[in-house]
Amino acid sequence: MASMRDIKRRIKSVNSTRQITKAMNLVASSKLNRAKARLEGTKPFAEETRKVIAEIGAAAGGLNNSLFAVEPKGNKALVIVLTGDKGLCGGYNINVCKEAQALCQGKDAKLITVGSKGRDYFKRRDIPIDKSVVGISERFEYGDAAALGERALKLYREGEFDAVYLVCTKYISSISSAPKTVRLLPVNPREFEGEADANSLVLYEPSEETVLEYIVPKYVDTVIYGGLVEASVCELGARMTAMDAATDNADEMLADLNLLYNRVRQSAITNEITEIVSGSNALSQ
Amino acid sequence: MANKLHLRVVTPTGQFYDGSCDMVIMKTIDGDTGVLYGHQPLTTILDLGCLRILDEGSEKKSTLMGGFAKVNSEGLTIISDAAEWPGDIDIERAEKSRQRATERLEGTSKGTSEVDHSRAEAALKRAVLRIDIAGVEK
Repeated sequence: MASMRDIKRRIKSVNSTRQITKAMNLVASSKLNRAKARLEGTKPFAEETRKVIAEIGAAAGGLNNSLFAVEPKGNKALVIVLTGDKGLCGGYNINVCKEAQALCQGKDAKLITVGSKGRDYFKRRDIPIDKSVVGISERFEYGDAAALGERALKLYREGEFDAVYLVCTKYISSISSAPKTVRLLPVNPREFEGEADANSLVLYEPSEETVLEYIVPKYVDTVIYGGLVEASVCELGARMTAMDAATDNADEMLADLNLLYNRVRQSAITNEITEIVSGSNALSQ
Repeated sequence: MANKLHLRVVTPTGQFYDGSCDMVIMKTIDGDTGVLYGHQPLTTILDLGCLRILDEGSEKKSTLMGGFAKVNSEGLTIISDAAEWPGDIDIERAEKSRQRATERLEGTSKGTSEVDHSRAEAALKRAVLRIDIAGVEK
Protein backbone atom coordinates (compact mmCIF):
# COMPACT_ATOMS: atom_id res chain seq x y z
CA MET A 1 0.00 0.00 0.00
CA ALA A 2 1.21 3.49 -0.85
CA SER A 3 2.54 5.53 1.97
CA MET A 4 0.74 8.56 3.33
CA ARG A 5 3.37 10.85 1.92
CA ASP A 6 3.00 9.44 -1.58
CA ILE A 7 -0.75 9.86 -1.51
CA LYS A 8 -0.47 13.38 -0.22
CA ARG A 9 1.89 14.27 -3.05
CA ARG A 10 -0.46 12.73 -5.56
CA ILE A 11 -3.39 14.74 -4.21
CA LYS A 12 -1.39 17.92 -4.50
CA SER A 13 -0.45 17.26 -8.10
CA VAL A 14 -3.98 16.34 -9.17
CA ASN A 15 -5.27 19.42 -7.44
CA SER A 16 -2.91 21.73 -9.26
CA THR A 17 -3.83 20.15 -12.61
CA ARG A 18 -7.45 20.65 -11.71
CA GLN A 19 -6.84 24.32 -11.09
CA ILE A 20 -5.30 24.67 -14.53
CA THR A 21 -8.08 22.85 -16.34
CA LYS A 22 -10.67 24.83 -14.43
CA ALA A 23 -9.01 28.12 -15.40
CA MET A 24 -8.73 27.04 -19.02
CA ASN A 25 -12.39 26.14 -19.01
CA LEU A 26 -13.33 29.59 -17.75
CA VAL A 27 -11.06 31.37 -20.22
CA ALA A 28 -12.42 29.32 -23.11
CA SER A 29 -16.03 29.97 -22.16
CA SER A 30 -15.54 33.72 -21.92
CA LYS A 31 -13.68 33.78 -25.23
CA LEU A 32 -16.39 31.61 -26.70
CA ASN A 33 -19.01 34.25 -26.03
CA ARG A 34 -16.97 36.86 -27.87
CA ALA A 35 -16.31 34.51 -30.78
CA LYS A 36 -20.00 33.69 -31.01
CA ALA A 37 -20.86 37.37 -31.27
CA ARG A 38 -18.31 37.63 -34.07
CA LEU A 39 -19.89 34.69 -35.84
CA GLU A 40 -23.27 36.41 -35.64
CA GLY A 41 -21.72 39.58 -37.05
CA THR A 42 -20.33 37.87 -40.14
CA LYS A 43 -23.61 36.23 -41.03
CA PRO A 44 -25.27 39.07 -42.96
CA PHE A 45 -22.10 39.59 -44.98
CA ALA A 46 -21.80 35.94 -45.91
CA GLU A 47 -25.48 35.67 -46.76
CA GLU A 48 -25.48 38.74 -49.01
CA THR A 49 -22.38 37.61 -50.87
CA ARG A 50 -23.94 34.21 -51.36
CA LYS A 51 -27.12 35.76 -52.74
CA VAL A 52 -25.24 37.82 -55.27
CA ILE A 53 -23.22 34.80 -56.36
CA ALA A 54 -26.43 32.81 -56.71
CA GLU A 55 -28.04 35.47 -58.88
CA ILE A 56 -25.03 36.04 -61.01
CA GLY A 57 -24.39 32.31 -61.25
CA ALA A 58 -27.92 31.79 -62.54
CA ALA A 59 -27.51 34.63 -64.99
CA ALA A 60 -24.08 33.44 -66.01
CA GLY A 61 -25.28 29.91 -66.65
CA GLY A 62 -24.50 30.36 -70.29
CA LEU A 63 -21.22 32.09 -69.66
CA ASN A 64 -18.26 29.92 -70.28
CA ASN A 65 -16.14 30.83 -67.31
CA SER A 66 -13.42 28.64 -65.85
CA LEU A 67 -14.47 29.65 -62.35
CA PHE A 68 -17.79 27.85 -62.70
CA ALA A 69 -18.17 24.11 -63.18
CA VAL A 70 -20.30 21.36 -61.78
CA GLU A 71 -17.35 18.96 -61.54
CA PRO A 72 -13.64 19.78 -61.40
CA LYS A 73 -11.95 18.74 -64.60
CA GLY A 74 -8.95 17.03 -63.08
CA ASN A 75 -7.53 15.37 -60.04
CA LYS A 76 -5.14 18.00 -58.76
CA ALA A 77 -6.59 19.49 -55.61
CA LEU A 78 -5.56 22.20 -53.26
CA VAL A 79 -6.92 21.64 -49.77
CA ILE A 80 -7.04 24.43 -47.23
CA VAL A 81 -7.20 22.99 -43.72
CA LEU A 82 -8.19 25.15 -40.77
CA THR A 83 -6.89 23.90 -37.43
CA GLY A 84 -5.85 25.47 -34.16
CA ASP A 85 -2.42 26.35 -32.80
CA LYS A 86 -3.06 24.84 -29.39
CA GLY A 87 -4.06 21.44 -28.17
CA LEU A 88 -6.11 20.50 -25.12
CA CYS A 89 -9.36 20.75 -26.99
CA GLY A 90 -10.46 17.14 -27.32
CA GLY A 91 -10.71 15.78 -30.82
CA TYR A 92 -11.10 19.15 -32.52
CA ASN A 93 -7.81 19.27 -34.44
CA ILE A 94 -7.58 15.59 -35.16
CA ASN A 95 -11.11 15.45 -36.58
CA VAL A 96 -10.39 18.21 -39.08
CA CYS A 97 -7.09 16.61 -40.06
CA LYS A 98 -8.70 13.23 -40.59
CA GLU A 99 -11.39 14.73 -42.76
CA ALA A 100 -8.76 16.48 -44.86
CA GLN A 101 -6.69 13.33 -45.14
CA ALA A 102 -9.70 11.37 -46.33
CA LEU A 103 -10.34 14.07 -48.92
CA CYS A 104 -6.75 13.89 -50.15
CA GLN A 105 -6.99 10.15 -50.69
CA GLY A 106 -6.96 9.29 -54.35
CA LYS A 107 -6.22 12.85 -55.33
CA ASP A 108 -3.06 14.56 -56.36
CA ALA A 109 -3.39 16.92 -53.44
CA LYS A 110 -1.39 19.67 -51.83
CA LEU A 111 -2.28 21.49 -48.67
CA ILE A 112 -2.42 24.93 -47.21
CA THR A 113 -2.58 24.54 -43.46
CA VAL A 114 -3.69 27.10 -40.96
CA GLY A 115 -2.60 26.42 -37.40
CA SER A 116 0.42 24.51 -36.13
CA LYS A 117 -1.55 21.37 -35.33
CA GLY A 118 -2.52 20.83 -38.94
CA ARG A 119 0.99 21.58 -40.15
CA ASP A 120 2.52 19.03 -37.78
CA TYR A 121 -0.06 16.38 -38.58
CA PHE A 122 0.54 16.48 -42.32
CA LYS A 123 4.28 16.92 -42.04
CA ARG A 124 4.46 13.70 -40.06
CA ARG A 125 2.49 11.92 -42.76
CA ASP A 126 4.54 13.32 -45.63
CA ILE A 127 1.62 14.93 -47.38
CA PRO A 128 2.95 17.87 -49.40
CA ILE A 129 2.23 21.28 -47.92
CA ASP A 130 2.18 24.28 -50.20
CA LYS A 131 2.08 26.84 -47.45
CA SER A 132 1.45 26.85 -43.73
CA VAL A 133 0.19 29.76 -41.73
CA VAL A 134 0.46 29.75 -37.96
CA GLY A 135 -0.54 32.13 -35.23
CA ILE A 136 -3.76 33.38 -36.77
CA SER A 137 -6.24 30.83 -35.43
CA GLU A 138 -7.21 33.06 -32.57
CA ARG A 139 -6.33 36.47 -33.89
CA PHE A 140 -7.17 36.88 -37.51
CA GLU A 141 -8.60 39.57 -39.69
CA TYR A 142 -10.38 39.67 -42.98
CA GLY A 143 -7.04 40.39 -44.61
CA ASP A 144 -5.67 37.01 -43.53
CA ALA A 145 -8.55 35.26 -45.27
CA ALA A 146 -8.09 37.47 -48.32
CA ALA A 147 -4.40 36.54 -48.53
CA LEU A 148 -5.25 32.83 -48.46
CA GLY A 149 -8.00 33.33 -51.03
CA GLU A 150 -5.70 35.28 -53.29
CA ARG A 151 -3.09 32.55 -53.24
CA ALA A 152 -5.62 29.78 -53.86
CA LEU A 153 -7.15 31.67 -56.75
CA LYS A 154 -3.78 32.45 -58.29
CA LEU A 155 -2.72 28.80 -58.24
CA TYR A 156 -6.10 27.76 -59.61
CA ARG A 157 -5.92 30.26 -62.46
CA GLU A 158 -2.41 29.19 -63.36
CA GLY A 159 -3.70 25.67 -63.78
CA GLU A 160 -1.65 24.34 -60.89
CA PHE A 161 -4.80 22.82 -59.41
CA ASP A 162 -8.16 21.75 -60.79
CA ALA A 163 -10.09 22.31 -57.58
CA VAL A 164 -9.76 24.11 -54.28
CA TYR A 165 -11.34 22.75 -51.12
CA LEU A 166 -11.73 24.16 -47.66
CA VAL A 167 -11.82 21.79 -44.70
CA CYS A 168 -13.00 23.36 -41.49
CA THR A 169 -15.35 22.73 -38.63
CA LYS A 170 -19.07 23.27 -38.64
CA TYR A 171 -20.55 24.81 -35.56
CA ILE A 172 -23.59 22.93 -34.30
CA SER A 173 -23.72 24.02 -30.67
CA SER A 174 -21.26 25.03 -27.97
CA ILE A 175 -20.69 21.40 -27.13
CA SER A 176 -20.85 19.84 -30.55
CA SER A 177 -19.23 20.47 -33.89
CA ALA A 178 -18.32 18.39 -36.91
CA PRO A 179 -15.70 18.70 -39.65
CA LYS A 180 -16.98 19.78 -43.04
CA THR A 181 -15.63 20.16 -46.54
CA VAL A 182 -16.56 22.97 -48.90
CA ARG A 183 -15.51 23.19 -52.51
CA LEU A 184 -14.39 26.74 -53.17
CA LEU A 185 -13.36 26.43 -56.79
CA PRO A 186 -14.65 25.87 -59.32
CA VAL A 187 -17.89 27.29 -57.99
CA ASN A 188 -20.66 24.80 -58.46
CA PRO A 189 -23.66 26.64 -59.92
CA ARG A 190 -25.97 23.75 -58.95
CA GLU A 191 -25.28 24.43 -55.29
CA PHE A 192 -27.14 27.70 -55.54
CA GLU A 193 -30.11 26.46 -57.53
CA GLY A 194 -33.37 27.83 -56.26
CA GLU A 195 -31.73 30.56 -54.22
CA ALA A 196 -31.84 33.22 -56.90
CA ASP A 197 -34.85 35.11 -58.24
CA ALA A 198 -34.94 33.50 -61.62
CA ASN A 199 -36.88 36.26 -63.32
CA SER A 200 -34.80 39.16 -62.14
CA LEU A 201 -33.54 41.26 -64.98
CA VAL A 202 -30.43 42.67 -63.45
CA LEU A 203 -28.13 45.18 -65.02
CA TYR A 204 -24.45 44.44 -64.53
CA GLU A 205 -22.07 47.32 -64.63
CA PRO A 206 -19.60 47.54 -66.31
CA SER A 207 -20.35 44.03 -67.65
CA GLU A 208 -21.45 40.63 -66.45
CA GLU A 209 -18.03 39.19 -67.06
CA THR A 210 -16.22 41.91 -65.10
CA VAL A 211 -18.59 41.68 -62.17
CA LEU A 212 -18.20 37.93 -62.13
CA GLU A 213 -14.42 38.16 -62.22
CA TYR A 214 -14.60 40.51 -59.26
CA ILE A 215 -17.18 38.74 -57.17
CA VAL A 216 -15.88 35.17 -57.32
CA PRO A 217 -12.61 36.04 -55.54
CA LYS A 218 -14.65 38.00 -53.00
CA TYR A 219 -16.85 34.98 -52.51
CA VAL A 220 -13.82 32.75 -51.93
CA ASP A 221 -12.43 35.21 -49.37
CA THR A 222 -15.77 35.38 -47.64
CA VAL A 223 -16.09 31.63 -47.35
CA ILE A 224 -12.56 31.36 -45.97
CA TYR A 225 -13.19 34.16 -43.51
CA GLY A 226 -16.47 32.56 -42.45
CA GLY A 227 -14.60 29.28 -42.03
CA LEU A 228 -11.99 30.91 -39.81
CA VAL A 229 -14.62 32.54 -37.64
CA GLU A 230 -16.62 29.36 -37.35
CA ALA A 231 -13.52 27.28 -36.65
CA SER A 232 -12.45 29.59 -33.83
CA VAL A 233 -15.86 29.22 -32.20
CA CYS A 234 -15.66 25.44 -32.54
CA GLU A 235 -12.14 25.31 -31.14
CA LEU A 236 -13.14 27.27 -28.07
CA GLY A 237 -16.29 25.20 -27.66
CA ALA A 238 -14.27 22.00 -27.91
CA ARG A 239 -11.71 23.30 -25.44
CA MET A 240 -14.39 24.31 -23.00
CA THR A 241 -16.01 20.88 -23.15
CA ALA A 242 -12.69 19.05 -22.89
CA MET A 243 -11.55 21.12 -19.93
CA ASP A 244 -14.90 20.71 -18.22
CA ALA A 245 -14.57 16.95 -18.53
CA ALA A 246 -10.98 17.11 -17.28
CA THR A 247 -12.04 19.11 -14.24
CA ASP A 248 -14.76 16.58 -13.47
CA ASN A 249 -12.27 13.75 -13.80
CA ALA A 250 -9.85 15.52 -11.48
CA ASP A 251 -12.65 15.97 -8.93
CA GLU A 252 -13.39 12.27 -9.08
CA MET A 253 -9.73 11.36 -8.67
CA LEU A 254 -9.41 13.71 -5.74
CA ALA A 255 -12.39 12.12 -4.00
CA ASP A 256 -10.90 8.64 -4.47
CA LEU A 257 -7.46 9.74 -3.32
CA ASN A 258 -8.86 11.46 -0.25
CA LEU A 259 -10.72 8.30 0.70
CA LEU A 260 -7.59 6.24 0.25
CA TYR A 261 -5.56 8.76 2.23
CA ASN A 262 -7.98 8.66 5.15
CA ARG A 263 -8.03 4.89 5.12
CA VAL A 264 -4.23 4.69 5.19
CA ARG A 265 -4.08 7.25 7.97
CA GLN A 266 -6.67 5.33 10.00
CA SER A 267 -4.82 2.07 9.59
CA ALA A 268 -1.58 3.74 10.64
CA ILE A 269 -3.26 5.06 13.81
CA THR A 270 -4.77 1.67 14.59
CA ASN A 271 -1.42 0.11 14.08
CA GLU A 272 0.22 2.51 16.50
CA ILE A 273 -2.44 1.98 19.19
CA THR A 274 -2.05 -1.76 18.88
CA GLU A 275 1.69 -1.42 19.32
CA ILE A 276 1.36 0.83 22.40
CA VAL A 277 -1.24 -1.40 24.03
CA SER A 278 0.71 -4.55 23.42
CA GLY A 279 3.87 -2.80 24.65
CA SER A 280 2.28 -1.69 27.91
CA ASN A 281 0.71 -5.14 28.38
CA ALA A 282 4.14 -6.69 28.09
CA LEU A 283 5.56 -4.27 30.67
CA SER A 284 2.81 -4.78 33.27
CA GLN A 285 3.20 -8.54 33.19
CA MET B 1 -44.21 61.88 -49.01
CA ALA B 2 -41.92 60.34 -51.49
CA ASN B 3 -40.83 56.77 -51.10
CA LYS B 4 -37.52 56.20 -49.41
CA LEU B 5 -34.65 54.06 -50.48
CA HIS B 6 -33.68 51.35 -48.07
CA LEU B 7 -29.92 51.08 -47.64
CA ARG B 8 -27.96 48.29 -46.01
CA VAL B 9 -24.20 48.26 -45.73
CA VAL B 10 -22.65 45.00 -44.58
CA THR B 11 -18.98 44.33 -43.86
CA PRO B 12 -17.20 41.20 -42.60
CA THR B 13 -17.29 42.56 -39.07
CA GLY B 14 -21.01 43.16 -39.02
CA GLN B 15 -23.80 45.34 -40.31
CA PHE B 16 -22.53 48.87 -40.75
CA TYR B 17 -25.71 50.67 -41.72
CA ASP B 18 -29.35 49.71 -41.99
CA GLY B 19 -31.92 52.41 -42.63
CA SER B 20 -33.80 54.47 -45.17
CA CYS B 21 -32.70 57.62 -46.95
CA ASP B 22 -33.50 59.79 -49.98
CA MET B 23 -30.43 59.12 -52.05
CA VAL B 24 -27.13 57.29 -51.94
CA ILE B 25 -24.06 58.34 -53.88
CA MET B 26 -21.27 55.82 -54.12
CA LYS B 27 -18.13 55.48 -56.15
CA THR B 28 -18.22 52.60 -58.61
CA ILE B 29 -15.29 51.68 -60.80
CA ASP B 30 -16.94 53.71 -63.56
CA GLY B 31 -17.31 56.80 -61.40
CA ASP B 32 -19.80 58.25 -58.96
CA THR B 33 -23.26 56.76 -59.15
CA GLY B 34 -26.36 58.02 -57.40
CA VAL B 35 -29.17 55.67 -56.46
CA LEU B 36 -32.73 56.81 -55.78
CA TYR B 37 -35.83 54.88 -54.80
CA GLY B 38 -37.03 52.61 -57.57
CA HIS B 39 -33.72 52.23 -59.34
CA GLN B 40 -33.64 49.33 -61.76
CA PRO B 41 -32.00 46.11 -60.51
CA LEU B 42 -28.27 46.55 -60.76
CA THR B 43 -25.11 44.85 -59.59
CA THR B 44 -21.92 46.81 -59.79
CA ILE B 45 -18.40 46.91 -58.46
CA LEU B 46 -17.28 49.65 -56.10
CA ASP B 47 -13.99 51.42 -55.99
CA LEU B 48 -12.30 52.74 -52.88
CA GLY B 49 -14.22 55.87 -52.22
CA CYS B 50 -16.68 57.90 -50.28
CA LEU B 51 -20.21 56.81 -49.52
CA ARG B 52 -22.69 59.65 -49.23
CA ILE B 53 -26.09 59.11 -47.69
CA LEU B 54 -28.52 61.98 -48.32
CA ASP B 55 -31.61 62.21 -46.20
CA GLU B 56 -33.98 65.18 -45.76
CA GLY B 57 -31.39 67.77 -46.58
CA SER B 58 -28.68 66.36 -44.36
CA GLU B 59 -25.75 64.33 -45.58
CA LYS B 60 -23.75 61.57 -43.95
CA LYS B 61 -20.40 60.49 -45.25
CA SER B 62 -18.35 57.39 -44.69
CA THR B 63 -15.43 55.60 -46.27
CA LEU B 64 -16.07 52.51 -48.34
CA MET B 65 -13.18 50.17 -49.07
CA GLY B 66 -14.32 48.59 -52.29
CA GLY B 67 -16.78 45.76 -52.57
CA PHE B 68 -19.94 45.65 -54.59
CA ALA B 69 -23.44 47.06 -54.58
CA LYS B 70 -26.70 45.42 -55.45
CA VAL B 71 -30.01 47.12 -56.14
CA ASN B 72 -33.21 45.13 -56.12
CA SER B 73 -36.82 45.58 -55.10
CA GLU B 74 -35.80 45.63 -51.43
CA GLY B 75 -33.44 48.52 -51.90
CA LEU B 76 -29.72 48.97 -52.07
CA THR B 77 -27.32 46.54 -50.44
CA ILE B 78 -23.65 47.37 -50.28
CA ILE B 79 -21.21 44.60 -49.47
CA SER B 80 -17.86 46.06 -48.62
CA ASP B 81 -14.54 44.96 -47.13
CA ALA B 82 -14.67 47.80 -44.64
CA ALA B 83 -16.50 51.02 -43.94
CA GLU B 84 -16.12 53.66 -41.27
CA TRP B 85 -17.65 56.97 -40.20
CA PRO B 86 -15.36 60.01 -40.12
CA GLY B 87 -15.46 60.05 -36.33
CA ASP B 88 -14.13 56.50 -36.14
CA ILE B 89 -11.08 57.14 -38.28
CA ASP B 90 -7.75 57.16 -36.53
CA ILE B 91 -6.11 60.03 -38.39
CA GLU B 92 -2.70 59.46 -36.88
CA ARG B 93 -2.70 55.86 -37.96
CA ALA B 94 -3.86 56.79 -41.45
CA GLU B 95 -1.15 59.44 -41.69
CA LYS B 96 1.48 56.93 -40.62
CA SER B 97 0.33 54.33 -43.11
CA ARG B 98 0.31 57.00 -45.81
CA GLN B 99 3.93 57.79 -45.07
CA ARG B 100 4.84 54.13 -44.95
CA ALA B 101 3.14 53.45 -48.26
CA THR B 102 4.78 56.46 -49.91
CA GLU B 103 8.19 55.32 -48.75
CA ARG B 104 7.55 51.85 -49.97
CA LEU B 105 6.40 53.08 -53.35
CA GLU B 106 9.53 55.12 -53.76
CA GLY B 107 11.61 52.15 -52.67
CA THR B 108 9.93 49.62 -54.92
CA SER B 109 9.94 51.70 -58.05
CA LYS B 110 13.46 50.41 -58.68
CA GLY B 111 12.24 47.10 -59.93
CA THR B 112 11.08 45.04 -56.95
CA SER B 113 8.09 42.77 -57.12
CA GLU B 114 4.91 43.98 -58.71
CA VAL B 115 2.79 42.57 -55.93
CA ASP B 116 4.47 44.73 -53.30
CA HIS B 117 4.04 47.73 -55.51
CA SER B 118 0.33 47.25 -56.03
CA ARG B 119 -0.12 46.50 -52.34
CA ALA B 120 1.61 49.69 -51.33
CA GLU B 121 -0.46 51.57 -53.87
CA ALA B 122 -3.69 50.16 -52.41
CA ALA B 123 -2.53 51.02 -48.90
CA LEU B 124 -1.74 54.56 -50.01
CA LYS B 125 -5.17 54.95 -51.60
CA ARG B 126 -6.87 53.76 -48.44
CA ALA B 127 -4.86 56.08 -46.25
CA VAL B 128 -5.49 59.10 -48.47
CA LEU B 129 -9.21 58.34 -48.55
CA ARG B 130 -9.35 58.07 -44.77
CA ILE B 131 -7.54 61.34 -44.30
CA ASP B 132 -9.83 63.03 -46.83
CA ILE B 133 -13.02 61.83 -45.23
CA ALA B 134 -11.84 62.54 -41.71
CA GLY B 135 -10.73 66.00 -42.84
CA VAL B 136 -14.19 66.81 -44.19
CA GLU B 137 -15.66 66.37 -40.77
CA LYS B 138 -13.44 69.01 -39.15
